[in-house]
Amino acid sequence: MSEHPIATGARFVGKRIQRKEDRRLLTGRGTYIDDVVVAGMLHAAFVRSNVARGQILRLDIAQARALPGVFAVYIAADLDQLGCQPGNPVFDMPGCPSPDNGLLARTDVRFVGDPVAIVLATTRAIAEDAVALVEVDYRAEAPVIGIAAAQTMPPVHPHLPDNLVNAMDSGRDDEIDAIFASAAHVVEDTIRNCRQAHMPMETRGLVAAPDGTGELTVHAACQSPHLSALHIATAFNMNQHQVRVIGKDVGGGFGLKMSPQRDDMAVIAAAILAGRPVKWIEDRLENLIAGGQSREDQMSVRLAFDADHRLLAADVEYDCDFGAYPYATQSSASLVTPMFPGPYRLPRYRWKAKGWYTNTSGLVPYRGPWMLEMFAREAMFDVAAREMGADSIELRRKNIIGKPDQPFQTAAGFVLADISPRETMELAVSAIDVPAFRRDQAHAREQGRYLGLGLANGIEPTTVSFGYFASDMAHVRIEANGRVTAMTTTFSQGHGTVTSLAQVIAERLGVPFEDVTVVEGDSSQIGFGSGAGGSRQAVAGGGAAIKASDLLREKIQRIAAHAYNASPEAVRIENGVITIEGAPEVRSSVAEIAQIAYVAPDRLPHDMEMGLESQYRYRPPPMVLANATHACICEVDVETGKVSILRWVAGSDCGELINPAIVEGQIAGGVVQGIGGVLFEHLRYDEDGQPLAVTLKDYLLPTGLDVPRIEYQHMCTPSSTPGGFKGVGEGGAMISPPTLVNAIADALAPFGKRWLNMPLSPDRIVCALEQ
Amino acid sequence: MSLHFVEFELNGCQIDGMVEARRTLLDFLRCDVGCTGPHAGCEHGVCGACTVLVEGQAVRSCLMLAVQANGKTVETVEGLSGGPKELHPIQQLFREEFALQCGFCTPGFLMTLVALDRSEPRPNAAEMREALSGHLCRCTGYQGVLRVIDRLTEDRK
Ligand code: FES
Ligand code: FES
Repeated sequence: MSEHPIATGARFVGKRIQRKEDRRLLTGRGTYIDDVVVAGMLHAAFVRSNVARGQILRLDIAQARALPGVFAVYIAADLDQLGCQPGNPVFDMPGCPSPDNGLLARTDVRFVGDPVAIVLATTRAIAEDAVALVEVDYRAEAPVIGIAAAQTMPPVHPHLPDNLVNAMDSGRDDEIDAIFASAAHVVEDTIRNCRQAHMPMETRGLVAAPDGTGELTVHAACQSPHLSALHIATAFNMNQHQVRVIGKDVGGGFGLKMSPQRDDMAVIAAAILAGRPVKWIEDRLENLIAGGQSREDQMSVRLAFDADHRLLAADVEYDCDFGAYPYATQSSASLVTPMFPGPYRLPRYRWKAKGWYTNTSGLVPYRGPWMLEMFAREAMFDVAAREMGADSIELRRKNIIGKPDQPFQTAAGFVLADISPRETMELAVSAIDVPAFRRDQAHAREQGRYLGLGLANGIEPTTVSFGYFASDMAHVRIEANGRVTAMTTTFSQGHGTVTSLAQVIAERLGVPFEDVTVVEGDSSQIGFGSGAGGSRQAVAGGGAAIKASDLLREKIQRIAAHAYNASPEAVRIENGVITIEGAPEVRSSVAEIAQIAYVAPDRLPHDMEMGLESQYRYRPPPMVLANATHACICEVDVETGKVSILRWVAGSDCGELINPAIVEGQIAGGVVQGIGGVLFEHLRYDEDGQPLAVTLKDYLLPTGLDVPRIEYQHMCTPSSTPGGFKGVGEGGAMISPPTLVNAIADALAPFGKRWLNMPLSPDRIVCALEQ
Repeated sequence: MSLHFVEFELNGCQIDGMVEARRTLLDFLRCDVGCTGPHAGCEHGVCGACTVLVEGQAVRSCLMLAVQANGKTVETVEGLSGGPKELHPIQQLFREEFALQCGFCTPGFLMTLVALDRSEPRPNAAEMREALSGHLCRCTGYQGVLRVIDRLTEDRK
């Protein structure tokens, strides 16, 4: 795994080492956002619109203001005094105008949940009582609900010409039409995903504490304290040093907590106006209607094959519902259309992508935001196989690339390298034993039972390094007592980064794992970095940790060499003990070298600086690819529509694994979120724009009874980064939907239907079978 | 709103306070007593993150009023072991099986499992899985918790 020869012994990388954070979390000693208490803190609650679109005719806060315990009730005009700039400095795409209606709705509301006032009170209960006393009258208007409506109805944001967030395409290509016209097989259909929520068990929340001298401390349930601080400082036109964001334990993020949103900014503005610390903890209803949504998108796909079932061309059209206030005004294409060719030889490719504003909760990227590329392609491969009378695995075998084919340039221009799609596919296929399954399936069908096998291949682009995501940082120091403290720009919402990075650092330095403490979660410590997002922490954080540790190890070697009259290359560091090759009598320790570095400068090589610390800002390659093949077997009860998942094989190539148990946890969490998205989860709106999923009884998440036991199969093709790591955070969530949908379609193949409209919940399966 | 006196035994200590009748046991524990182990995931009885033991029974503290706990015995995750240095055997299994990621749901899972594990006759694996279907976890896909149940019930398949 190393570019350098390692002068250390014990390997910690690759081991299932128990997590450092677990004792605290298991004993109820975590500090999640609602556990933070700041002296003098007020509690915030929002008054939210109950109509999807309409003018505010009357807003009366007098009664609420008069309630004992209420400190302030702010409306748009109050918060507007601060001139907070809407928009997302990290993710907004230049040229896309931002929707602007203030932090609170000014004259009109644009989705159910749109905030119109914010109450600050001495307790949350009083704040909620006051919310109930605020009177608002609306003149409701017909809302824009759904992509089709967005294309024809008046704009959601009156200052914009239409509902288009942005439109992109691959350009004119007449030849592709000729290819389709003469192809032996053309298959086409539209895959419709359904609106889902990230649904971390901890909702959003923050405590904003202005200190009176223009500085602001924000405790936040976020994915990156540094990124959040940057965003807040930009929005409120403050200097970076004036904003400090602190995150401790965060109860899951999945993209929802990547950027401070409008509600968060409103709480900060209210705290600044009030001059008091303010806590806001979103409740589950708010989370469901206003916290952000994802996956309300669709893709029309046309595939052309030759007579031998080789892929000739693809033509896709992608549309995405951005809601009213998306986290950023961004490319509708994002990675969806660029990644569509996946791991296949696709000679010709044309695409279009459009994003649309609607009167619904805003789009916030959810784990694998571009998952429809994988979903649509893999589901359409199975549709095509059935239509052409081919075996779906054989069809993939004919078109997939393997290790010997790389580097390989895809039809969208990406260069594939260091991945193993054909190889993980064969791994998963052999784990399943397809011939045996086909016999079971035939036997079951004779008894009126419907079993299905589904498989999907995918490439996960990780650590996409652009803009503020171009680097991460580690500061590693050996204290005077020999213990190691590392500060990193990674940030865990359950990822276990303080464990994984301690494994990396302990191994590179040659010290005991127990001696390494990784500190993260404070924007005032070390320089800027981007935290969690885009499956980047193993590569970017791991790379920074390796580089910083290597610098430090070299310094230890030089000091020891000087002290013991040896050459630096002869100095070995193992388990914190230092020995010199060829001088068996010498036995020193990292602690002793630290003593020299901090308190005995005379024993240092002349012109060497004191201290034992290093820092490194690591720039990963533009993108690091991981790949996977998942396969599952399910049974569909055609009477009740219930889908039971009987087996799940996850074949992955995530390069070198730092901690396989943590990696498998990432895969499993994603897979089960994807299963939920196929079978249960649906944030529905009615035609009036009223959200129909407003509790966890309406928005169903998978439970322990719904999930398969995942069988992991790992392959290792190291990436070209130090350590050979790859990202793994999002692939599971993207690949599990097509895997499961293909299994359901295989099970129900005798009914001759296509299963491309999500969710495939029991009622919808039964209805479709009855039609 | 009038206040009511409530006192009960919490993790072996006697505590008391004055609460509004509407105060949930969860809010009383978290905000008034500073016992932040139980978490608010939904506040409507679905997620299980707020689970505590009242008289040894697993209870959703978001659905129980603080006044209803008067005179009872209440246990939270903080009381399962002497502190972070020593883990209850089920906490230890969670650690060994990587049954938590963010840990927000974990106190609820632990309290339900502890209650089940103490009950007589001790439930088998299927019964434990059934009971845990009332707890939501968004991070782990339940894989680790299922392994914990396997190990807890190894002797009674
Ligand atoms: S908070 Fe009590 S069940 Fe969710
Ligand atoms: S570990 Fe995060 S919700 Fe369960």
